[in-house]
Amino acid sequence: MGKDVEEIIMAGFGGQGILFLGKILAEVGMAAGRHVSWIPSYGPEMRGGTANCAVVISTAPIASPIVQEPDTLLAMNRPSVARFQPKVKKGGTLIYNSSLIEGETWRDDLQVFAVPASQIADELGNAKVANLVMAGAYVRHCPFLDYQKVLADLPRLIPAKKAEMAEINRAAFVRGYEYQG
Amino acid sequence: MADKVLMKGNEVIGEAAVLAGCRYYFGYPITPQSEIPAYLSRRLPEVEGVFLQAESEVAAINMVYGAASAGARVMTSSSSPGVSLKQEGLSYIAGAELPCVVVNVVRGGPGLGNISPAQSDYWQATRGGGHGDYRTLVLAPNSVQEIADMTIAAFELADRFRNPVLLLVDGILGQMMEPVQLPAPLSYDLNQKPWALGNPNRKGGRNLCSTIFLDVEQLEEHNWHLYQKYQVVTDEFAKGAYQHLAVETHAVDDAEIILVGYGIISRILKTVVEKARKRGIKAGLVRPKTLWPFPSQVLADLAARTKQFLVVEMSCGQMVEDVKLAVNGRKPVFFFGRTGGTVPSDFEILNEVDKLVRPD
Repeated sequence: MGKDVEEIIMAGFGGQGILFLGKILAEVGMAAGRHVSWIPSYGPEMRGGTANCAVVISTAPIASPIVQEPDTLLAMNRPSVARFQPKVKKGGTLIYNSSLIEGETWRDDLQVFAVPASQIADELGNAKVANLVMAGAYVRHCPFLDYQKVLADLPRLIPAKKAEMAEINRAAFVRGYEYQG
Repeated sequence: MADKVLMKGNEVIGEAAVLAGCRYYFGYPITPQSEIPAYLSRRLPEVEGVFLQAESEVAAINMVYGAASAGARVMTSSSSPGVSLKQEGLSYIAGAELPCVVVNVVRGGPGLGNISPAQSDYWQATRGGGHGDYRTLVLAPNSVQEIADMTIAAFELADRFRNPVLLLVDGILGQMMEPVQLPAPLSYDLNQKPWALGNPNRKGGRNLCSTIFLDVEQLEEHNWHLYQKYQVVTDEFAKGAYQHLAVETHAVDDAEIILVGYGIISRILKTVVEKARKRGIKAGLVRPKTLWPFPSQVLADLAARTKQFLVVEMSCGQMVEDVKLAVNGRKPVFFFGRTGGTVPSDFEILNEVDKLVRPD
């Protein structure tokens, strides 16, 4: 079964699809039979500003859905690293978008993985799917999510009005999962 | 039963209202509740309902007054500054004894404040809020599932008591997503409201919904009549007729310190209780789910057994007054709060618990 409680923070620029990335993780956690919660940052923020989102995936009902010390940080830009790396639990996981983040000092008590999410998205032809690359990378390192099940579930999670994005989202997810740094 | 779906609290308020038979919504956008009107602007036309974005909150609440007079199930929603604007209309609706549901997704105040979550409208919600001797029932969910269940319950209570019912939700609950099992739709029959202007089978001549009583004796009689109705509400809650809506207790049996909080705070407090017990501190939790009528008896009973209470709110201390009234001096009642849109962490609350339990 893996971990009992997994608290995740994902953060990046507004427009990078951070909230949707969180929604996908909450949906697949729910599909895996776990309790989930999703809380966005909803400050007066705009495209190009910062966005973050907290997701909890738990075998037991979730008491506080507010994440102070995440088990995992998905960092899509540099300000996210500065803000959230110090909060990650000792021994936790940090996955970062190495296309936009370089020259950082990483804590030595974390498992740190680089994924060139923006570059992969660009190669696929749409910068907006960098979030799905991160989702794929997350599933690779998550002990309780089954890759094949999530992949099969993915089409359901793409909004009907963005149906034409289903294929590229899937491709981004697969590339993120398969990436080996 | 349908499967659970992952939905935002605000959108669930909209959907649950539709399931409760609400076909009229009047409102004006304000963060952090704008997903409610956004959702209903799409959803209500699908069920031949009316969605109307009014020119102001004042206009919206008076449209609610009209629709409620006609016997419709009707709702408005807003956030703190907007709910202040609705208070005049709420007083009229309570005075005219009309049912409606008013949602407040509370943000930081006073004044325009900010858009972050807060609980600083407790007094306004539970003390009437507008002018005159009146009460509104106040429900305070702490999860998206409970938002669904309590929205439905709010419509039923409003009709049952011919009174406005407030759903008090903080900004986090409005914005967060959780799995929710949407309840089955309710049937709603206008014929059950013989007083309504819109009731086709009303007896005799016309019905009148009014709040003006120029004769002092008549107004006094009306006010005592309202008071008696509020007594019935209080008695029914006290007797446990609405036990599922009234209060939740957790780990209180052997508790030396009882934490008290509602809404999102109660979930943080549950984490605090777990962490405190791991440290050997016997902590418990009381969560008022209905804020008026307040579950005073539960607290009064526990006052005989526990050593102290700690009330935690996202305000400078409002519900703490109701806890003190319930405990009535039998045990000390302490307070910890964060305000201005700040959400307290479980660490800082645990620190307060530590200080109270181990004062040296």
